[in-house]
Amino acid sequence: MKQSSPEGPKNYDSHSNESTADVATPKLAIEVTDLTVAYRERPVLWDVDLSVPSGLLLAIVGPNGAGKTTLIKAILGLIPPAAGQVLIYGRPYAEQRRLVGYVPQRGSVDWDFPTTVLDLVMMGRYGALGWGKRPGQREKELALSALAKVEMTAFVKRQISQLSGGQQQRVFLARALVQDAQIYFMDEPFQGVDAKTEHAIVGLLQELRSEGKTVVAVHHDLQTVPDYFDWVTLLNVRRIASGPVAEIFTDENLRLAYGGRVAFLTHKAHTRPDHSDPADPATHGKWGRIRP
Amino acid sequence: MSLFQDFLLDYTLRNVALGSAVLGITSGALGVFAMLRQQSLLGDTISHAALPGIVLAFLVTGSKEPLVLILGAALSGWLAALMIMAIIRTTHLKSDTALGLVLSVFFGLGLVLLSSLQKRPDASQAGLDNFLFGQAAALMEKDLLTMASLGGLALVVVLVFWKEFKLLSFDPDYGAIVGFPVRSLDILLTSLVVFAIVIGLQTVGVVLMSAMIVAPAAAARQWTDRLSVMVMLSALFGALAGVAGAVLSSLTPRLPTGPTIVLCITTIVGLSFLFASNRGLVWHKVRHWRHRRHLQIEAVLVDLYRLASQHAHPDQVSHATSVLRTMTPTVGVRRSLRELVAREWVQQRSPNQWSLTPAGLAEAQRLVEISGLEEA
Repeated sequence: MKQSSPEGPKNYDSHSNESTADVATPKLAIEVTDLTVAYRERPVLWDVDLSVPSGLLLAIVGPNGAGKTTLIKAILGLIPPAAGQVLIYGRPYAEQRRLVGYVPQRGSVDWDFPTTVLDLVMMGRYGALGWGKRPGQREKELALSALAKVEMTAFVKRQISQLSGGQQQRVFLARALVQDAQIYFMDEPFQGVDAKTEHAIVGLLQELRSEGKTVVAVHHDLQTVPDYFDWVTLLNVRRIASGPVAEIFTDENLRLAYGGRVAFLTHKAHTRPDHSDPADPATHGKWGRIRP
Repeated sequence: MSLFQDFLLDYTLRNVALGSAVLGITSGALGVFAMLRQQSLLGDTISHAALPGIVLAFLVTGSKEPLVLILGAALSGWLAALMIMAIIRTTHLKSDTALGLVLSVFFGLGLVLLSSLQKRPDASQAGLDNFLFGQAAALMEKDLLTMASLGGLALVVVLVFWKEFKLLSFDPDYGAIVGFPVRSLDILLTSLVVFAIVIGLQTVGVVLMSAMIVAPAAAARQWTDRLSVMVMLSALFGALAGVAGAVLSSLTPRLPTGPTIVLCITTIVGLSFLFASNRGLVWHKVRHWRHRRHLQIEAVLVDLYRLASQHAHPDQVSHATSVLRTMTPTVGVRRSLRELVAREWVQQRSPNQWSLTPAGLAEAQRLVEISGLEEA
């Protein structure tokens, strides 16, 4: 097993609120070594290695049950790994919290919670605020500018239960933006959003990349991977392949990841078909079964 | 006036009312977090689980000091809460199973201990069973002080950890990612719920106390979409029910305080479900009815327009009520016509003859255009 890379930023004070650590020099944003996660006896992730250079957009792709969400959650320390090591800019996650932003799946919270859009977005600053401090004017301004970036200014005072799916996704993105992180983890940011929102999110991802930030997103629509992302990680419990889309996103690798027929890739059309719902058993069939 | 005098002069009533208010405020405020975390039944389990603690505290110390018994209650309630968290985390049992399991084991143990105590020849244990349904009249001034300081402490902690508790209730994973010690916060918040419950045990009793956790929060949710307002409203409802229950039971002989308080909060919940400005059923119905009326009126106007537009001078012909009744809306036609007259869109030519005014004609044309009705 590899030890933590010695070229990690040495002058970064993990307790400072400054999120602009020394990340300018090309180095690994994320380094995962031998990561294994198991629910009971069954391995969900097996011996996964992953190296992600700084400043690119990475899609994590794989069939249902491949462990995509688990990989993100294990990197973020939400699920304890059975084995392995995760480094964020050369240091353990617990020391690099301020560098990481997170967009969970939309369905992971109760949208009937009594709060407003602005209030929800300000939650992104809670970690930086520290004990006993309330969000104030500065937090409000940061939240408002993040909401402007996702074109949600008109909904600032809206109760969150009155948002559409796409609007919920934008609000979650805004909350991650106010974290002012270097690496963003997003769990299915395009799930159930309309074409307009999808377009807006893609624009936002590119903007983040141009600012030198890294985005890791669980993604379901194979068709759009080459258009939206620079790198791709194919996952099916094990890491099948990981690297630049042009090299890695091949029929052969996809067949390995999806375990058989990925027929539609061979006639990859320029007209994108409507999103197949990954949760829908009707579309599930054509990806083949997962082989642990 | 005499009630107010009673309140000031009657030592028992004052104690009971103030005590009930304190318990209402505390359980109301903390109940909001329990409800939002979908843990409403946690209160039920904790309050039932307090019983063995009360009996054991008496067995160990031989004292019936409320403070001692409350500490025993808190300890076993807290133990039960920790046990629930551990069961959910380590086994694959769902939370309702864990809650039911812990509730029945602890409450059963409490009942066994209580009945074995009652077989003892001396009468030293008399009164312990009052904790089942509460015995508000026994509240002393020093009990009140204990309740108020425990409740005050719980509320201060809620204020200090406001943003942490809010995020913990809404999105605990995100809380963990931004660096909150989520498990410790979870234990802290649950402990506060235990506090709120043991405060009320003397007054309301272990069996009914969970109502004071669930009901004020459920009522408050109907009125507001903001967490801070919801917590304040819930505390207010709890206090209102507490005082009202205390006063009502003091006015009526042989009316027990605890159950009366619970009936009061139930009334508040019922009224909130019906009349709340935000989600109340009555306003919902009213809005629905208004909307229907609006559509009916528009439909009659459009009907009249359809009839009139078959003539050369649409604003000069008139049509009979009976004809309009055969068209789209068959009920409330006359009522709709009178409303249209009031808006000056329709003119009444004779008791049963109606014609469009120029303004009505324009409005009908606009409606037809936006709905695309008259294309054919």
